[in-house]
Amino acid sequence: MSWTTVCRLDEILPNAGVAALIDETQVAIFRVDDKVYALANKDPFSNANVLSRGIVGSIQGTLVVASPIYKQHFSLEAGNCLEDDGVSIPCYQARTEGELVQVQVNS
Amino acid sequence: MTDKQRLLIIGNGPVGHQFIESIIESGRGEQFAITVIGEEPRPAYDRVHLTAWFETREAASLNMVKDGFYSDNNITALTHEKVIAIDRAAQIVSTDKGEQYPYDKLILATGSFPFVPPVPGHDRKNCFVYRTIEDLEAITAAAANAKVGAVVGGGLLGLEAAKAIMDLGLKTHVIEFAPRLMAVQVDEGGGALLRRKIEDLGVSVHTQKNTQQIIDGDDCVHKLQFADGAELETDILVFSAGIRPQDALARQCELAVGERGGIVIDNACLTSDPAIYAIGECALWGGRIYGLIAPGWDMARVAADHVLGGVEEKAFTGADMSTKLKLMGVDVASIGDAHATTPDAKCYTFIDEKAEVYKKIVVSSDGQHLLGCVLIGEANDYGTLLQFALNKITLPEQPESMILPSLDGSAGVGLGVDALPDVAQICSCNNVSKGDLCAAVQGGAMTVGDLKACTKAATTCGGCTALVGQVLNAELTKMGVEVNTDLCEHFPYTRQEIFHLVKVGQIKSFAELLEKHGSGHGCEICKPTAASVMASCWNDYILEPKLAGLQDTNDRYLANMQKNGTYSVVPRMAGGEVTPDGLIAVGQVAKKYNLYTKITGGQRVDLFGATLDQLPKIWSELIDAGFESGHAYGKSLRTVKSCVGSTWCRYGVQDSVGKAIDLENRYKGLRSPHKLKMAVSGCTRECAEAQSKDVGVIATEKGWNLYLCGNGGMKPRHADLFASDIDTDTMVKYIDRFLMFYVRTADRLQRTSVWMENLEGGLNYLRKVIIDDSLGICAELEADMANIVDTYQCEWKTTIENPEKVKQFRSFINADKTDKEIVFIQERGQIRPATEAEKIADKDLIAVA
Repeated sequence: MSWTTVCRLDEILPNAGVAALIDETQVAIFRVDDKVYALANKDPFSNANVLSRGIVGSIQGTLVVASPIYKQHFSLEAGNCLEDDGVSIPCYQARTEGELVQVQVNS
Repeated sequence: MTDKQRLLIIGNGPVGHQFIESIIESGRGEQFAITVIGEEPRPAYDRVHLTAWFETREAASLNMVKDGFYSDNNITALTHEKVIAIDRAAQIVSTDKGEQYPYDKLILATGSFPFVPPVPGHDRKNCFVYRTIEDLEAITAAAANAKVGAVVGGGLLGLEAAKAIMDLGLKTHVIEFAPRLMAVQVDEGGGALLRRKIEDLGVSVHTQKNTQQIIDGDDCVHKLQFADGAELETDILVFSAGIRPQDALARQCELAVGERGGIVIDNACLTSDPAIYAIGECALWGGRIYGLIAPGWDMARVAADHVLGGVEEKAFTGADMSTKLKLMGVDVASIGDAHATTPDAKCYTFIDEKAEVYKKIVVSSDGQHLLGCVLIGEANDYGTLLQFALNKITLPEQPESMILPSLDGSAGVGLGVDALPDVAQICSCNNVSKGDLCAAVQGGAMTVGDLKACTKAATTCGGCTALVGQVLNAELTKMGVEVNTDLCEHFPYTRQEIFHLVKVGQIKSFAELLEKHGSGHGCEICKPTAASVMASCWNDYILEPKLAGLQDTNDRYLANMQKNGTYSVVPRMAGGEVTPDGLIAVGQVAKKYNLYTKITGGQRVDLFGATLDQLPKIWSELIDAGFESGHAYGKSLRTVKSCVGSTWCRYGVQDSVGKAIDLENRYKGLRSPHKLKMAVSGCTRECAEAQSKDVGVIATEKGWNLYLCGNGGMKPRHADLFASDIDTDTMVKYIDRFLMFYVRTADRLQRTSVWMENLEGGLNYLRKVIIDDSLGICAELEADMANIVDTYQCEWKTTIENPEKVKQFRSFINADKTDKEIVFIQERGQIRPATEAEKIADKDLIAVA
């Protein structure tokens, strides 16, 4: 298991996300207060790869992204859907190394 | 012969047929060998609308069985054959044609027969009942040589029969034993009005008449002699004195039957024999025969479910006997305890003798619940009242308001969602009515999220979310719960308050707003709201780094996201006007990027299927061709639709296209609480449909008529005429003020129509603010608008001129690739998104161009 460097931190707008392609995996990477989080980019409700384009925020203290399609919230730290207990999306390790954003994708 | 279970249905009426349809609809029809035996010469027909036969005299018009239904589903349907015996031990039935049919499950749907009072002479010629098409054919034949017709029985069916006789051109009498017509459903007051209305139609009504015997008449065929000594002569006589369950077969094979008839059934519609069901008017449930079609259908569905193994665990547990119908053109409705037999029930009655309307509601002793009602002459409130009665919805403090007419004649204005009847469908995707939502709120739902979870409303397309919120607030207010109007958990303010905080505090970033007035990290509700408010106030480029992350889905990438994550692109065509070269340029772009092309309702062209990385390329080509952003993605002005106007049209009185272009160019880019639509019509023929827009302008000989706050879409509302025959400058001034006042005061995602309906004082108040400047803010509103107009920029032009901004549109930050999971299928010569199944099949898929 290794870290993949994706981009520089300043390439991600504060409190927003970007999509990255790591091997064949589409990952959504979010920047909140200079910390980074990584989830699968696929929205399980629409099957579209769009979560990186969602609005980042917090619900009752949990950091979340809202799907831009149907607005369900996913925890940035755990990948679970706040509206539907049965739904969860892959959540990846992410970190900053100096200026660089790195993600670990199991494969 | 087969291992299929043999289902045998006796009786091919509406209820028997419903049973068969329920089995077939389950998708498991092939597990059964279905046989239906009916004694009538034709399969099931719509007996409820029997009278409609007179309109066409065609039995086929009442047919309930679709062509090919029996053959497609391998059903044996035997007509004109009567079952005469059931052998329960052998599970075989015998018919009058000497045939025998075995069964595994037997369904008795034998219905009922009309009760004919056993008075001497009841079996004379030209005496009929009113139940089958054959009865109607016989009545029609007899009427040819008759002048007078009489119906014995003034109930629902009797009045139907009376109408039929009247329509046959006969002098018509109705004879009723009880003191009033429709004695079961209608109270004395309602009965009196009903009688008057029916007599107005030329029908003679005779109540409290007990027929003793029928003998030869002097002038007519028959003479009826009544107990009170009176007599009545008639040529034909129709008995409609109630029904009796057709339970002869059940008696023959010794199934349990009720004392006064009816085959006893349980909640699964099973008789005393576990292989035999009874459904419809032949069945006796809880000591009661249900003589209406709806309970019969319910029983049919329950029995079918039980035969299928009880998958849906349906049960018949009684039925609501409320009815609403038009009898001889008169609206008649009855709900629940119409006679106020509940102890201590209280009644409210409204009688309008001029309009011939009678309304009565029966209310529980504490005034909380509706127990019953009678409506004669006008039954528009039936749906709402039924919802109250069935859902036990708490009545308003003054229950009489449910039936009293509104005196100012302006029902609806200022009432908001309260004016909607409870049966009104709010969420059409999931078929959720206002009543469903209200019941959920009564049951404890406190937020829109709760309502989504328990009713599924607003969970599919989401278009009704705002309406769901309004129903919730209205209902909570009614329950005395303080309604939380906070924007979201991060800001304890309404949108209107946020607007003032931003404007007065000169706040230009979300971080500042959050720091001064909010908490947490924000969310997808407060962020786009703040972005919209700041755009309305300062009109900064919305993809500034501090603003980009706040923008809602579509604003974020200046395009409309579709279900597969691609976008649609709409260049502005102000007023719907486009040059041939412009159209060709749009076509070339669409062709190059293989975009699905569709004409919108707002008179422009929508190009679908663009990926994120294609958007800047597409726009630089469109901008080179002279186009600019159409703001189809924004909560902002969409289009100003126009008719062709006086320049071309023979009838136009003003240049509607020119005016539409001016207005569209003036207000383009204005961010508002929701989208805005406008239209200009060049004459009163209104071809631009301006009265369905937020702002509608219609040309007159003298100037313009200005209409405001119309809406099409989910909850259509005609715009209100705000000012007449005004000149262009005045019109623009009023629209400036109107739009900015709406932008300042509306709730998030509140269209002008709803805003207006919730505006205290309504249209008159709006006229005072905008025309009379009653709040003294008009100069400010105009200055704000002038600032917006002056600072307009084409967001796409700004974007493509800035390489850093273009970078934001890469599909992946670390790879110059596009999302290969986006694939299309060719349909009608263009692309459409491939379905999941088509992706798996991996056939004829088209990649992004």
